Amino acid sequence: MAEHRILIVEDSPTMRQLLLFALKRLKGVDIVEANDGMDGLRKVTSDHFDLAFVDINMPVMDGLKLISLIRGEQNLEQMSICVITTEGASEDRERALALGANEYLTKPIQANKVLAVAKSLLKIE
Amino acid sequence: MSDGRGEQGDRGEAVLAVFQRGADFARELLAENERLRSRVNAIETRQREAAQSPGDWDKLRYELLQRIETLESENRDIMEQLKAVESENHQFAERYIEIEEENNNLANLYVASYQLHSTLDPSEVLRIIVEIVINLIGAEIFCVYVCPENSNLLEPVAAEGADLELFHEIEIGVGPVGEAVACGDVVCRDSEPAGGELADQVPIVAIPLRVEDLPIGAIAVHRLLQQKAGFSALDHELFTLLAGHAATAIFASRLYAQSERKLSTIQGFIDLLTK
Repeated sequence: MAEHRILIVEDSPTMRQLLLFALKRLKGVDIVEANDGMDGLRKVTSDHFDLAFVDINMPVMDGLKLISLIRGEQNLEQMSICVITTEGASEDRERALALGANEYLTKPIQANKVLAVAKSLLKIE
Repeated sequence: MSDGRGEQGDRGEAVLAVFQRGADFARELLAENERLRSRVNAIETRQREAAQSPGDWDKLRYELLQRIETLESENRDIMEQLKAVESENHQFAERYIEIEEENNNLANLYVASYQLHSTLDPSEVLRIIVEIVINLIGAEIFCVYVCPENSNLLEPVAAEGADLELFHEIEIGVGPVGEAVACGDVVCRDSEPAGGELADQVPIVAIPLRVEDLPIGAIAVHRLLQQKAGFSALDHELFTLLAGHAATAIFASRLYAQSERKLSTIQGFIDLLTK
């Protein structure tokens, strides 16, 4: 039985695989992937997750919309969200944090930073 | 009457028992006193003897000094060992950081090569190349060129951060990108290009895509993402990986598409003959 469940919401298979690779190093963690915002919303509403990595630029439903919907759900308040942005100081990142995201990562993604963010948000030593 | 006498007898026995316990305690105290007295006497005798023979004091002092020296030497050894262990620890910590970094780099390289060879669809290969350049290298403006078969030209086929129309065809051997493809070496500059038309700019990085000596295409990076300060060792590894693996992926997908087309033509011809 996994101690923590993580959802990766990212349309790019390269990024998904990279995030998966980094997060697999955490013990007792179950990782689920979603291809876009809509898929991500379906998964967070039908299953329990402790943390979600959400890309901002995605087809069908973007990351900002997904975050606002997640934060609008009372039973999803406890779930931590880390947004993945392309630009360092973009409005998107600030909007995501204002909408209720807990952390952000900028591209290019580094595995050690992904791990550090996951450990911090999941409170893993 | 007889009951009264019996009661007095019980009380007398109790009083006697108390006195007996008091007497036992007094005897124990006297015995302890005697033992302490004899210990004091023994100590006084040893002190007198030691005072009469100063050689014993010197011997004792010498022995103690020797012992102190031995302990100090042991202490020094332990301190040296501790320093050695601390230094080794420090080295291990540094090595751990290096291995972690190496591990992260290898993960990026693995993901890049895995993705490049995960499909035989030419447009999918192109999409993956674009993803790698954005997500793993951190490029903001770049163009991917492909060299058609039996051609000396590099045609822009995908661009990010700028319209594809802004990039023009490049002749192999001409300009920084064309020269990189001609010689097969990645050309990398430290500074961002000066303003002006994108097509006229010298890119920060020109990655030639070649399979052995056959030119397949090129990737020209014109600007990095705002948060990306410069190129790391991993970026250079990724350039080399792209130069080889992206070229092979494009080449393989092109061959596969051709074979599919040929197969379809042959199938159509067979159908025509058999129907």
